[in-house]
Amino acid sequence: MDKKIKIIIYAALLVALFALLFILEQILPSYSMLFTVLKKGAIYALVAVSMNLLNGFTGLFSLGQAGFMLIGAYTYGIFTIPTEARSAVYQYFDGGIINFTVPVVVALVMAGVAAAIFAYIIGLPVLRLKSDYLAIATLGFAEIIRAVFQWKTLGPVTNGSNLLRLYPTFKSVLFPFAVSGICIAIIVLLINSSYGRAFKAIRDDEIAAEAMGINLAKHKRLAFTISSFFAGVGGALLAMYQTTIQASAFKSAMTYEILLIVVIGGLGSVTGSCISSFLFIAASEWWLRFLDETTYIGSFKVPLLNPGFRKVVFSIIIMIVVLFYRRGIMGNKEFSLDPIAKQFKKRFRRRKEVVGSNEQ
Amino acid sequence: MSSNIMLQVENVTMQFGGVIAVDNLSIDVYEDEIVALIGPNGAGKTTTFNCITGVYEPTNGCIKYRGEVIVSNYPQGKMKKQYLGKNNGLYSKVINPTPDQITILGIARTFQNIRLFKNLSVFENVLIAKHLRAKQNVFTATFRLNYREERRMREECMALLEEQSLLNLKDAPAGSLPYGLQRRLEISRALATDPKLLLLDEPAAGMNPQETQELAEFIRQIKEKYKLTILLIEHHMDLVMQISERIYVQDFGKLIATGTPEEIQKNQRVIDAYLGVAEDAFA
Repeated sequence: MDKKIKIIIYAALLVALFALLFILEQILPSYSMLFTVLKKGAIYALVAVSMNLLNGFTGLFSLGQAGFMLIGAYTYGIFTIPTEARSAVYQYFDGGIINFTVPVVVALVMAGVAAAIFAYIIGLPVLRLKSDYLAIATLGFAEIIRAVFQWKTLGPVTNGSNLLRLYPTFKSVLFPFAVSGICIAIIVLLINSSYGRAFKAIRDDEIAAEAMGINLAKHKRLAFTISSFFAGVGGALLAMYQTTIQASAFKSAMTYEILLIVVIGGLGSVTGSCISSFLFIAASEWWLRFLDETTYIGSFKVPLLNPGFRKVVFSIIIMIVVLFYRRGIMGNKEFSLDPIAKQFKKRFRRRKEVVGSNEQ
Repeated sequence: MSSNIMLQVENVTMQFGGVIAVDNLSIDVYEDEIVALIGPNGAGKTTTFNCITGVYEPTNGCIKYRGEVIVSNYPQGKMKKQYLGKNNGLYSKVINPTPDQITILGIARTFQNIRLFKNLSVFENVLIAKHLRAKQNVFTATFRLNYREERRMREECMALLEEQSLLNLKDAPAGSLPYGLQRRLEISRALATDPKLLLLDEPAAGMNPQETQELAEFIRQIKEKYKLTILLIEHHMDLVMQISERIYVQDFGKLIATGTPEEIQKNQRVIDAYLGVAEDAFA
């Protein structure tokens, strides 16, 4: 397929997607479960892709994502709470020490930068480790960060273990889609650039990559920092979605959820991460809800349907998916229109031939 | 043979714990030469390569590239007491570059057990080697502001693949290639880093006589074409005797002989240590 036509088709699809979302918002009530799934799915897709950049493309097994999301969320919250609302939010800390606000977009970038700075500093010692050891070190970091942000002495900045709230949030589902979309597009551009190739080389064979002149320390740090930048932005988006920020919410369980999304989608597949993120959120928040409700058909009580059963079924589904799709839904391939276009062309040609033979 | 010296390995000793893998080894490689390093299994040949390319830090000794010291070390810390080698105290500088810094200087290598990026395509494998000399940074690369450089890199790689007659396989995953072509791709990838000195670690390993013959031809060709100096480790004696101008023989880490192929073939120590045994083993 011609490159230009391809770009036009993808752009058209993108516009169609946003138009569809816009129309859905007009038709459906805003409390519809669909929007919850779409909003959270878009945010988790960004975080999952950022984690995939590290785990799937650079081969660094890191579990610090929740920590970087927390930094992003807090940075966003701290700098966007309106000055008049600060005394209410920081009621135990005399209104806090920061008395200015920045626009939302600037705050989003700041959230990413803050997470990236932390990642750079932590990366200096931690990235000397490999595989499991790196995972343990980054997981430890995420836990420490969570504790530090709840520390009372930092209260004037982080509000201690109290909630951050009253900062600007989004209503429309278009906002998380736009921000996540832009961020994921940048990550895809990076992956397909010379640096992305260097990351993949490190994943495939560190020793050979080094012999090809790739500076391991520098490139690993780069991947770690960039991944954390987008995790920070994702954290900020999550804060906007949840309307409140509390450090205790960013548990390691959150990292595991994201890791699950990445693995189910396929290590090394951006589209896989996006697809599995929406599926994961839909399954855990929406489609399986009915399993938690005690249901009666007539006077017959349906067995097993009790609160908590949803989690059992959900775990079983995940096990089945992992058993049958060992390399994730997409493996390390990307979703593309090429095979579909080929199919179309084949059918079109066949019809043409049929028409041609009829004419003779 | 021109008199310009390319690589000087001076009194290099590599000691792991109590074992001396490379013992006070000195090798000189002149420009435009093919030099072979041979020896029985476990003689320390690959360890020597790893010292030259920065994978290991030698315990003692120094390595010069075109007259400039690129690697230098002396026994320190725990090694100070444990050191069993010679020339202790001769060197006082510590220069331990990482392998990528060595590659940037113009020394490329291949590996004994082929190390390709197996999941990436043949083309990408070669393209990665161009990364080290590119002037881009992350920002310009991500937003495609380096498109001129990127296009140049791609064109150079296409040309290289065409010369190596790998062009028709350029989109195949490197891991799916047959063994002989994987070797060829690994050498092509090393060539893509624009080296002056090429280190080949057992390029003919696992090849039959026919393939070995082709490889000899191939090595000669690339040497002429890219004006390379080549240092190779090899067990196939016919290949070594055929293409190398000078041979170094290593046994138990020590250098036991050096000279032209004819001299080496007649050298009694070499025959005792290596060729005689090897002949019997292979017969």
